[in-house]
Amino acid sequence: MIVAEPKPIKEVAGYIKDCTKILVVGCGGCTSVCMAGGETEAEMLAASLRILRKMEGRELVTAVTTITRQCEPEFVESISSKVKEVDAVVSLGCGVGVQFLAEHYRDKWVLPALNTVFAGGTVQAGIWEERCGLCGDCILHLTGGICPVIRCAKSILNGPCGGSQNGKCEINPDTPCAWHLIYEKLSAMNRLDLILQFHPAKDWSKERSGGLRNRKREDAVL
Amino acid sequence: MSDFKPKIVAFCCYYCAYAAADVAGSLRVQYAPEVRLVEIPCSGRIDPVVILKTFEEGADGVYVAGCLEGDCHFLKGNIRARQRVNYVQKILGELGIDPERLAMYNLSGAQGGRFAQIANEFTEKIKKLGPSPLRGR
Amino acid sequence: MKSGSNLEKVLSQGKFAVTAEIGPPKNASPEKLVQDAKILKGWVDAVNITDNQTAVVRLSSIAAGVHLAQNGVEPVVQMTCRDRNRIAMQSDLLGAYSLGIRNLLCLSGDHQKFGNHPQAKNVYDIDSIQLIDMVRGMRDDRKFLCGEEIKEHHPRYFIGAVANPFADPFEFRVLRLEKKINAGADFIQTQSIFDINRFEKFMEMVRRRGLHKKVYIIAGVTPLKSARAARFIQKRVAGMIVPDQLIERMEKAGDQKAEGIKIAVEQIQHIKTIEGVAGVHIMAINWESVVPQIVEMAGLR
Repeated sequence: MIVAEPKPIKEVAGYIKDCTKILVVGCGGCTSVCMAGGETEAEMLAASLRILRKMEGRELVTAVTTITRQCEPEFVESISSKVKEVDAVVSLGCGVGVQFLAEHYRDKWVLPALNTVFAGGTVQAGIWEERCGLCGDCILHLTGGICPVIRCAKSILNGPCGGSQNGKCEINPDTPCAWHLIYEKLSAMNRLDLILQFHPAKDWSKERSGGLRNRKREDAVL
Repeated sequence: MSDFKPKIVAFCCYYCAYAAADVAGSLRVQYAPEVRLVEIPCSGRIDPVVILKTFEEGADGVYVAGCLEGDCHFLKGNIRARQRVNYVQKILGELGIDPERLAMYNLSGAQGGRFAQIANEFTEKIKKLGPSPLRGR
Repeated sequence: MKSGSNLEKVLSQGKFAVTAEIGPPKNASPEKLVQDAKILKGWVDAVNITDNQTAVVRLSSIAAGVHLAQNGVEPVVQMTCRDRNRIAMQSDLLGAYSLGIRNLLCLSGDHQKFGNHPQAKNVYDIDSIQLIDMVRGMRDDRKFLCGEEIKEHHPRYFIGAVANPFADPFEFRVLRLEKKINAGADFIQTQSIFDINRFEKFMEMVRRRGLHKKVYIIAGVTPLKSARAARFIQKRVAGMIVPDQLIERMEKAGDQKAEGIKIAVEQIQHIKTIEGVAGVHIMAINWESVVPQIVEMAGLR
């Protein structure tokens, strides 16, 4: 999933300082699962923004709604009557959600309430970790299912580098060295030949360096 | 501020704090009249949104009272409640409201005296902190 | 001869090579480099110039290399993968060669987190082994990384790489060294050796795989300035091992600097006896003036 985290409330309050009526939109997709932008978080943010405004002696009217996924035009359209009523929309979706709302409601300010941080998963309740670098050219078959592109701070493909000690990454003693993990996994699988292979320079054109990416599945296009 | 009468809301678990309030009543133990009790089925039922809205509506202080740790009727409800209190305290701090205005207490259903003591202590603390910055807004 | 550099000559003639290392200044003046060149000239076969080491902005390693060369010291220019993509790196490789640089040391580079611009975006378009392969390809295959031919005047570097016998997993370090050799490394500089026993074990594994016959291994030595510095390296510098007894010896010494020099000399004398070691690389950053003394005391000149 896409993992996001809340922006400081005062920062969001700054974005809407000139508004009197806002719509706070939660997202039922990834940001709900990572507990940053679901129903509860949308209500908390709305209440927080009202409280801040109250302390200034001005009123802020908030409407709160959560849609199934902000990254689907169908769901985005479903709140059009609510959007019409307000000065601005505050989105608790990821960066995609904010943009889908902004694209759909062309005459509306749509503001982000979250910082979108990574593609990852829940390692335990309340703790999420990055796993995928979205490089567009998966090499997990060569690395024992552990991604060096995103889990190595230097994204090196022929690791581990000389900063790997006691299984930890040199840049953070709490972070496991991805290449150490790869080494252990391949060693356990009796496939160390894979780590001895030279991995040539990666084709980053499939990554964001190659410009905006899109994907099409013909049979789904109507 | 000597005539300041704080509004305090206590969210009390049915199995402990709320029962302890009954014990306090039957023992005729006096406690701060500023405290208004709200019964909840378990302290773990407390919703951060409800706490925040309580402040928004003008409470000067809020506390959640649950069972002693290890004694929750629903196993971990009181642990969750404490975590949520911590979470809302962080948000209160961001909003410029003293996080001390929110607290979590643990007690058993038999502790009528302890219930009164908590109510009094917390009321005193809020009196010292003065009215919530949201009062009269 | 692949590059015709002095370092390559010394190593290929089987002489025990001596190199040093200097960090360029954090300003735009060649003054310090000229001074260092004067100090080191005649004492060493070549001098490494770090490439924004620990991710702190410094005068460029290529420019510094040119200053050294102009002052009679052969440079080994370090190139890291942190700050440039393959386009910039190949461009700099052509440029450096055109300025007379012949020795290149390929490294991945310290992460920017340790430097003075932790806000920087890192590049790591290619890693150190891919860099070695790229430089070798430019020299031996006369091709840019993309495969396009370099029609004339291809750069012919003497290619260096690093090995850290003190990083983990230990048993993989020799295999990774082999990867670097296969990618095209001509010589190897090791991380500073303090734990000589571990280095001995490392070299034993190197010999078992016959790698010392495929590449010149230059052992890294760093004179310790004080017990405090030793403790700092032990605790804070990733990928280094400093044995406690070494620190204790420094602590007990009356003159810690003199003791540090003495230890370095003893280490060099020990390293010289290890089969497969082709030279020694003295890393006395910010203490360059001590290098001639160590070289002399160790009987290397």
